[in-house]
Amino acid sequence: MTDYKMKAVEGTYHFDGEAATKGFHFNKMCYSFNSEENRQAFRDDAEAYMTKYKLTEEQKQAVRDHDINRMLELGGSIYYMAKFAGIFGWNMQVIGGMQSGRSTEEFIAYLESQGRGKTTNG
Amino acid sequence: MAKIIGGITTSHIPAIGVAMDKGLEETDYFKDLFAIYPPIRDWLTEEKPDIAVLFYNDHGLEMWLDKKPTFAIGAAPEYENADEGWGIKPIPPVTGETELSWHIVNHLIENDFDPTVCQDIKVDHGATVPLTLLWPNFTYQGIKVIPVSINCERHPMPKPSRSYAFGKAIGEAIRCWNKDQKVVVLGTGGLSHQLDGQRAGILNADFDNWCMDKMVTDPEAITQYSNVDLIEKGGAQMVEIAMWLAMRGCIEGPVEERLRNYVSPISNTAVGVQLLIPENEQG
Repeated sequence: MTDYKMKAVEGTYHFDGEAATKGFHFNKMCYSFNSEENRQAFRDDAEAYMTKYKLTEEQKQAVRDHDINRMLELGGSIYYMAKFAGIFGWNMQVIGGMQSGRSTEEFIAYLESQGRGKTTNG
Repeated sequence: MAKIIGGITTSHIPAIGVAMDKGLEETDYFKDLFAIYPPIRDWLTEEKPDIAVLFYNDHGLEMWLDKKPTFAIGAAPEYENADEGWGIKPIPPVTGETELSWHIVNHLIENDFDPTVCQDIKVDHGATVPLTLLWPNFTYQGIKVIPVSINCERHPMPKPSRSYAFGKAIGEAIRCWNKDQKVVVLGTGGLSHQLDGQRAGILNADFDNWCMDKMVTDPEAITQYSNVDLIEKGGAQMVEIAMWLAMRGCIEGPVEERLRNYVSPISNTAVGVQLLIPENEQG
């Protein structure tokens, strides 16, 4: 059999066929948030919206808990989750902090510690 | 015959588009990043390319998991942008170039690449942020654009070597097109960043700069890495270098690196910008 298994990378969820299968309905819901009408429907009644999109109970709980890593574990793709995050006004630094156990400020400081000072212009 | 007059790598971070909307280009946070664009725009104004072939990845505006092409090429007279859900302002439509699109498609299939052909797609920030950066104030509407998308979201993704070869085939197609047109090729996205998981926030300036060096002298060196190697080195979204490799593949022979800029981080991402001029086309 072809060896296509990806090696594990710590702290990273490879979004592969298995994850895409598990997360299909959850991601479909998040994809629907491209439309303001759908974002509003979720704001109005999140439980009904999640049921309509056939989320599993575990996925619903991760959404209620705002647990981003758990959503990833349950097959979420960050591309669509970004649209979910948009409903709450969370940008990528807020999400980054939520996933890596840091406050937003700590997360920004972590980013800056690896980059600024290595700027090159020319 | 058509000519490739240059290649540009640029980021497509949504925060850059938002910064432009809000006029934040001169703020301390953004000024080092935006400093590189006026000289690139000057080059574009002087060289006046007719067409831009733009390699990007769709982030779930048009191509979602239900039907997700590995490689896709636009063949539409225009491309709309739309709400992506988290607040970037949609921009007016991008003008297409169907004749070259179909020429590329025919050439690719004759040469054993089989992309999805799209006659009606919306393009997302992956395409619109670079276009807005390079041709601000909606002047991108004066250039014809062929969007080419590469799956950078769901594994399996094309191997970096395959994206490079795909770009090579597109470059050949452009060079054998029987029209006196100037083409610029754009590789968007990257460099190191990871948006998801406990490892979110990782950056790797050393690897980014190595990649930028190799983009000039030896792009095939980057293709020695698998996607998972790239993820280990530069984070889950480092795989976006696929678009850089495809762009670089379009250019035949040695290049001169006319401009380079590296600023890290902007939002969660290390931003690399390069202007590469094919030495074969100078004269």
